[in-house]
Amino acid sequence: MSHHSHCGLHCLKIEHITVRASGQTLVEDVSLHAHCGEITALIGRNGAGKSTLFKAILGEIPHTGEVVFTGHNGIPSKRRPKIGYVPQSLNIDDGNPASVLDMAVAYTSRWPAFLPVPHRIRARLKKHFARFDAADLLDKQAGRLSGGEWQRVLLAIATHPHPDMLVLDEPVSGVDTAGLAKFYDLLEQLRGEDMVILIISHDLSFVRTHADRVVLLDGKVLAKGAPTDVFASEAFLKAFPGGGER
Amino acid sequence: MSDWLQYEFMRTALWAVLLLVPLLSLLGTLVVNNKMSFFSDALGHSALTGVAIGVIAGVSEYRLVMVLFGVVFALCMNRIRRSRLASTDTVIGVFSSVGVALGLTLLSARGNLANYQSLLVGDILSVSTSELWVLAAALAVTALVWVVCFNGFFAVSISPSVAKSKGFPTALYDNLFVVLVAVIVMLAIRWVGLLLINAMLILPAAASRNVARSMRSYHLLSLIFGLFAGVLGLWLSYYNGVATGPTIILVLAAVFFGTFALRKK
Repeated sequence: MSHHSHCGLHCLKIEHITVRASGQTLVEDVSLHAHCGEITALIGRNGAGKSTLFKAILGEIPHTGEVVFTGHNGIPSKRRPKIGYVPQSLNIDDGNPASVLDMAVAYTSRWPAFLPVPHRIRARLKKHFARFDAADLLDKQAGRLSGGEWQRVLLAIATHPHPDMLVLDEPVSGVDTAGLAKFYDLLEQLRGEDMVILIISHDLSFVRTHADRVVLLDGKVLAKGAPTDVFASEAFLKAFPGGGER
Repeated sequence: MSDWLQYEFMRTALWAVLLLVPLLSLLGTLVVNNKMSFFSDALGHSALTGVAIGVIAGVSEYRLVMVLFGVVFALCMNRIRRSRLASTDTVIGVFSSVGVALGLTLLSARGNLANYQSLLVGDILSVSTSELWVLAAALAVTALVWVVCFNGFFAVSISPSVAKSKGFPTALYDNLFVVLVAVIVMLAIRWVGLLLINAMLILPAAASRNVARSMRSYHLLSLIFGLFAGVLGLWLSYYNGVATGPTIILVLAAVFFGTFALRKK
C-alpha cells in the first residue's frame, strides 16, 4: 500500500490483547497491525469476540495487552489518537425528541445541545454532513431514520473531527443494496484520507473486494493477511463452509 | 382574581413552585430519555430510610443525612444497573422495596410513625423564605451543570461507546447524573412528598416528549408545561381547599393526555 508521508499516526498496533470476563476468555492473545490508508476487516462467526475486541481497543472494557499508535518512524504517539466509532446500534427510540443536529452537536462540539445552535456550528456540520449525503437529515428526528440514513449520519459523526482511526462495527444491517453501494463508496474515499480503517463485517463479498487486510477471529486470530490468502485458508473454509464465494 | 396572593404563605409558595418546577422539569428530560423513571421512583422511596437513619443518629439536620444516603443509594443502584448482571428492572424493584421497608421499620421502632406522614405527601405551602434561597441555589447549580455537562449526559445515554471514542469520561458523566438526581430528589421531597416526587419529575418531560421534535423544544416545552401546571395547580388548590402537590400533578397529567392526543405521527 502507498505511504502517506504527511499522516501523523500511521499504524495501529494491537499487541497481545486478552479479554476475560466472568471466568471466560472472550478474546485471547490477539495481535494485529492496521495501517493508515488501508481497510482492515475483522471477520468471524457470531460470538467470535469481534465486538469485544473493539471494546477493548476503545478502552471500554478491562483487558491485558497494549493498543498503541505509531508514526512512520515506529515511535509510539504521545497524544491520544482521535477515534471515530460507528456502532452497531444506539439507544434511541422513535419517541426520542433528539434531532440529528442535536446528536451531532453533542458529540462534536462544546455547545450545549439543548440551546439554540449558533449559525457557525450549524453551517460547519451542514458542510461536513453534505459529503455523506446527510445534510438534509440534520433536522430530522434521530429515532426515525432509516437504516441507510443512520449509517451515513453515524459515519459523518465518526469522521468529525478527522479521526486517526475509524472503527466500524458491522454497520450494514438493514440497508438496501443501493445504500450499501453508497456506503462502501464513502469508505473507499475515506481510505485515501490518512486514517486507519478497521471494520467488523459479515459481508464477505465486500471484504474480498474492498479490504486490504483480513483478520479471521474466533477468540484468537485464526488467520490474517491479504483477502485472497485468508479466504483460501483452511481456518476460513472451516469457519464459513461454502462461504466467501462470489 | 389575585386575592390568593394577598397571603404571605401563598406568595412564598408561588416562588417555591417557580423555582422547584423548572428544577425538576430540567432533570426530568434526561430521566425520561434514559428510561430511568423507575430508578428515580426507587430513589424517592429510599428517602424514608434516609430520614430514619438521620432520626436514629440524632442528627438535627436530617435532610443532610437524607441527601448523603440518597447519593450512596443512587450510586449503588447505578452500579448494578450498569453491570447488566441481573435484570435492571428487578434489581431496582428490590432496592425500592428495601428503601421503603427499612425506613418504615426503623421509624416505627421509635414508635411515632405518624409523625413522618408529611414525608409521604409533602407540603409545598410549608416552604419558608430561607428555604427559597436553598431552592434558588439548587436551580442555579443544576442549570450550570446542565450547560457544562448536558452534551456528556446526552452522549453517554445514546451510546456509551461512541461517547468514549469521542473522549467523554463516560463513567463520570453517568454517575454525576444520578448523583444530581439524588440530591435534588432528596431536597425536594419535603415539599413534594415521596409519593409524588417522581410524577413531578417525569410528567413535564413525558408530556413534552409527545410533541417536541428537538432537544430545544423538548426542554422549552417541559419548562412551559411544568410552570403552567405548577401555577394553575397552586391556584386551583387554593380556591378548592385541596392539597397543592397532588393538584399540580393532576394538571400535569391532563397536559400529558392532551399532548398525547396531539402526538406527532
